[in-house]
Amino acid sequence: MSQPPALAVFPSPPPIDLARTLDLAGYRWKDFALGDDAIRHQPDGGWDGAVVMCDDDPDGGWAMCRALRRRDDPVGRVLVMVAGSQLPDLELRDDLFDDFCLAPFHPRELEARLRHMFWRQMGPDAEGLVEYGPLALNPSTYQASLGGRPLDLTYMEYELLKYLAQNPGRVFSRETILSAVWGYEYFGGARTVDVHIRRLRAKLGEEHANLIQTVRSVGYRFGQSRWSS
Amino acid sequence: MKLDQQREYVLRTVEERGIRLVRLWFTDVLGNLKSFAISPAELDNALQDGMSFDGSSIDGFSRIQESDVLAIPDPNTFEVLPWVDQKGAEARVFCDVANLDGTPFHGDPRQVLRRNLRAARDLGYEFYVAPDIEYFYFAPPTGGPPVPLDQGGFFDLTSADIPTALRKETIRTLETMGIPVEYSFHEDAPSQHEIDLRHTDALTMADSVMTFRFVVREIAALHGVHATFMPKPLEHIQGSGMHLHLSLFDGEDNAFHAVDDPYNLSTVAKQFMAGLIRHAAEITAVTNQTVNSYKRLVPGFEAPVHVSWARNNRSGLIRVPVPKRANPLATRVEYRSPDPACNPYLAFSVILAAGLRGIAEGYELPAEADANMFEMDDAMLEKLGIQQLPQSLSDALRTMESSSLVADALGDHIFEWFLRNKRAEWRGYKTHISQFETDRYLRSI
Repeated sequence: MSQPPALAVFPSPPPIDLARTLDLAGYRWKDFALGDDAIRHQPDGGWDGAVVMCDDDPDGGWAMCRALRRRDDPVGRVLVMVAGSQLPDLELRDDLFDDFCLAPFHPRELEARLRHMFWRQMGPDAEGLVEYGPLALNPSTYQASLGGRPLDLTYMEYELLKYLAQNPGRVFSRETILSAVWGYEYFGGARTVDVHIRRLRAKLGEEHANLIQTVRSVGYRFGQSRWSS
Repeated sequence: MKLDQQREYVLRTVEERGIRLVRLWFTDVLGNLKSFAISPAELDNALQDGMSFDGSSIDGFSRIQESDVLAIPDPNTFEVLPWVDQKGAEARVFCDVANLDGTPFHGDPRQVLRRNLRAARDLGYEFYVAPDIEYFYFAPPTGGPPVPLDQGGFFDLTSADIPTALRKETIRTLETMGIPVEYSFHEDAPSQHEIDLRHTDALTMADSVMTFRFVVREIAALHGVHATFMPKPLEHIQGSGMHLHLSLFDGEDNAFHAVDDPYNLSTVAKQFMAGLIRHAAEITAVTNQTVNSYKRLVPGFEAPVHVSWARNNRSGLIRVPVPKRANPLATRVEYRSPDPACNPYLAFSVILAAGLRGIAEGYELPAEADANMFEMDDAMLEKLGIQQLPQSLSDALRTMESSSLVADALGDHIFEWFLRNKRAEWRGYKTHISQFETDRYLRSI
């Protein structure tokens, strides 16, 4: 994600400390008094998250959380703030929030909690983490893992797997893969792709070799077809 | 720039995986794997400039006065060694050997193969190889005759299962290292196994054969077993070969395949085969480089003796396997004389050179020999124009010596050193008095 996350904030207006903390941390945010307003005014692509203070107006706060969670595509990464005496309110509301913070809050704590909630989108270290089932590729460290265990690949194997895994379900011809991963000038020709696919399958092991499917007389597909269930 | 990214990738992997030791691998002229280890701190420099070492310590490398050479790691061959435990993780990388000024070192077999592959590329071809490698598991050698594992005695309990378990572990390790296995099975002979590797470009495959021999022996040794690629370890039992399935690709297309031929063989394939047949005797010293190799190339054990080809005749030198499901990509020729004790870089080099000569000169492929040649007498063989492979290392060296094709393919440095070294081996053998002679002559004469 190139832009900072967009947050819906309750109450409206928010306490000055909260507004300052969010501004300093670089979030895009807008405050709402009612959940329906937050939904109606959501940005393109929806809210990336929300910060909801339940300390002064618990009913209004939890109503906001419910509104954000109610839809087909609920807002993930909702952080609520409660006073220490309100901790029992969290019980039976686990579905309404992802993390919480005690109010009055410490700005550094709130910032840390938000950063952690958004680390996949915000942190330069985790940029573009590619995940599919048991497979995870981290382009910033060049490391791959399968079911949590390191998967040792050569550079070209890594680049090939990354290219395929970034586009699960899509069928690529050998020529497309060759030009995208090796570049046009590579001599070995499209057979190179076949040879590297076999090596990748060998390293994925019997159990996971079928992550890469051969599509007869077309090329290769990573993961399940988009059209089959 | 791809090379910089590859170096960066290797350095980052070393850091992320906590690699303690990087082994730089290269191969001497005889095909022995050589290695020295460097610490991760030295790797960046090694990838940029190479690591200098004393080449005179390696068989067939430098003469004393020009002894220092550079090992330049090929970052695309960097692999973490899977059998070393995670705490002391180690990796290996194959190296090209260069002179101090950076030019290719002529004594390096990997550079020799690179040069021959470039010649093929200049004609528009990429050379693909798939080997079927046979080997034996024995009890650790004691100086006496080798003891096969599954003949009882060595492992009292589950003697038959242990070699099979070893083979399975070996295959798992190979696959983890990016060497895909096509088939594997227990061969006819006791304790003999075969593992067939999936085809890939010849340089990668030569590296894979080196890794293969290392992994097979390493896994066996971890279990107190000795694995050997000796071509003929047991007198009355078939030896170990390394049949090579060969093809040339022209980009996406298999240059050996033709739709309109009854055997689906293209003109290029036939000329390539004709080149192999015409020059087979010249290249045999390289594909079968030990005294012992010639004890495998005898009648009666499915090893080739005659220089011939056939679609399905396992006594011939070249077989043309029928591809599964008539897959055009699988059309290939199988060259059956090489054994797993060869230097794969040099063997692939001379085989390719012989085949390309056939294409360049437009050689005519002789008729198929589908009868059993072991039942033919010399007169019949001569009438059919079928020659024999060299009968001994000495024969093979004599034929090689007069071959400009082999001299060109190997380059003068290796050609001359190889002949010198192998003649010395033959001289050592010639003066040896064997048990055969003692048994046969001592009492009776």
